[in-house]
Amino acid sequence: MAIGYKEETMAKYLLLKHYRGAPAAVNDVPFDQWTPEEFTAHVKYMNDFAAKLEETGEFVDGQALAPDGMWVRYDGEGRPPVVDGPFAETKDLIAGWMVIDVESRERAIELAGELSAAPGAGGKPIHEWLEVRPFYSAPPTIME
Amino acid sequence: MDESLLRTLPPIVTSILVRRGANFAVAEDAVQEALIEAIRVWPDNPPNDPRGWMVTAAWRKYLDVVRSDTARRNREVLVESEPKPEPGDEIDDTLHLYFLCAHPSLTPASAVALTLRAVGGLTTRQIADAYLVPEATMAQRISRAKRTVSGVRFNQPGDVATVLRVLYLVFNEGYSGDIDLAAEAIRLTRQLTAQIDHEEVAGLLALMLLHHARRPARIGPDGRLVPLAEQDRSLWDTRLIVEGINILQATLARDRLGEYQAQAAIAALHVDAQTADETDWVQIVEWYDELVRLTHSPVARLNRAVAVGEAHGPRAGLAALAELDPSLPRYPAVAAYLTERSGDPVNAARLYAEAANAATSLLERDHLTRQAARLNAQLRR
Repeated sequence: MAIGYKEETMAKYLLLKHYRGAPAAVNDVPFDQWTPEEFTAHVKYMNDFAAKLEETGEFVDGQALAPDGMWVRYDGEGRPPVVDGPFAETKDLIAGWMVIDVESRERAIELAGELSAAPGAGGKPIHEWLEVRPFYSAPPTIME
Repeated sequence: MDESLLRTLPPIVTSILVRRGANFAVAEDAVQEALIEAIRVWPDNPPNDPRGWMVTAAWRKYLDVVRSDTARRNREVLVESEPKPEPGDEIDDTLHLYFLCAHPSLTPASAVALTLRAVGGLTTRQIADAYLVPEATMAQRISRAKRTVSGVRFNQPGDVATVLRVLYLVFNEGYSGDIDLAAEAIRLTRQLTAQIDHEEVAGLLALMLLHHARRPARIGPDGRLVPLAEQDRSLWDTRLIVEGINILQATLARDRLGEYQAQAAIAALHVDAQTADETDWVQIVEWYDELVRLTHSPVARLNRAVAVGEAHGPRAGLAALAELDPSLPRYPAVAAYLTERSGDPVNAARLYAEAANAATSLLERDHLTRQAARLNAQLRR
């Protein structure tokens, strides 16, 4: 028993998938080199994974992002924002995410490991690196 | 219409259905459906007898499920269609619901969700909103929880400590969603004190009231976290403080100390001081000693180090801190605070920045970042 603990209730984590910028996967073959069946199996794995998380009460959100994009910044009072890019040399390109609500950091790691096992070329797991980031939560009511 | 009935009736009606022989999981679903209907219908069409209305509505929904199940199994249907008040309907045994929903076989998150729905009378959507997850996800969490306890006998006496832990977790969740979970936890704990005479139930209620009393002062008008020492004490709710202290004193007099009473005693000493400087830190340290003895909690030891720093000077506080595991949450924040008090702003600024990086909530991160920025600005002058 402890006071001021929120550690044992649920916490949200972002599982971030990259097009570019993550360390190279073990089974690192571009999508367009897979067979159509391999690609279908991959998509099915991802959908089944999300459905399973909903069933376990751990699913919050999942979204995919188009690789196409641009950079935008403020350019001073009365001027339109500057639009630039996309820059081919940008080293980090996010492909999508899943948000999970889990009991522990260990569980977040377990699920990320499972997601990273999605099948790719040759029907073998991609072993893709996923970035796992905790969300900030509300501060506990009892702090002192 | 008395809106509070929408929260208080569901557990009573579930108990009535179970006593009439209904299975808990099915009865609880039926009551949830009746509740959703009541939320829709009552504002325009308030019933004369809300309890009778909800029993009837839930019983019908329960029979619908039983009939379709029975029809599927192709058996004779022999159920009474119009429910009448039955002997025993007036008995309030919602206490068993508290025990069932906090059953030790459940994970903390499942117990919290099931308690809020079956005992708290909240809808799945309200609970999902409070915990910032989709309704479908929360619905699954609740139905899994019900499957987990499906083998538990309904009227089995349980361990009150597990119930208190669940209520504590609800209270401590903070104020994120639309549903005020802290107020909800207080309501459920208050209701529990009416059902069971137990020092720690009273201790937990006192603890909640004394913390809830300070809530208006805890977040500044600009949304920032205001530390206890800097809070505007005139904003504290004196009515809640008086109630909390009265409950605590009556409970402590029974001389059966527990962790919630000890925490409430610490909270009481804080609200007892007119200004932060008048806080009786020596007594607070003694209560932390009790709390550490009762719980062996590392978080209690960490808070004790702060109290030691206030009572016996920052060096004594740092010495108490040195015995603890630096990987504890908020360790760097405590270290930064005590280091600044000991007259070492350079290291304190560094520790505050480190603490901001390790914070688990945005409000704490921002507070710690401001502390680091304040010291760094002073050092540049």
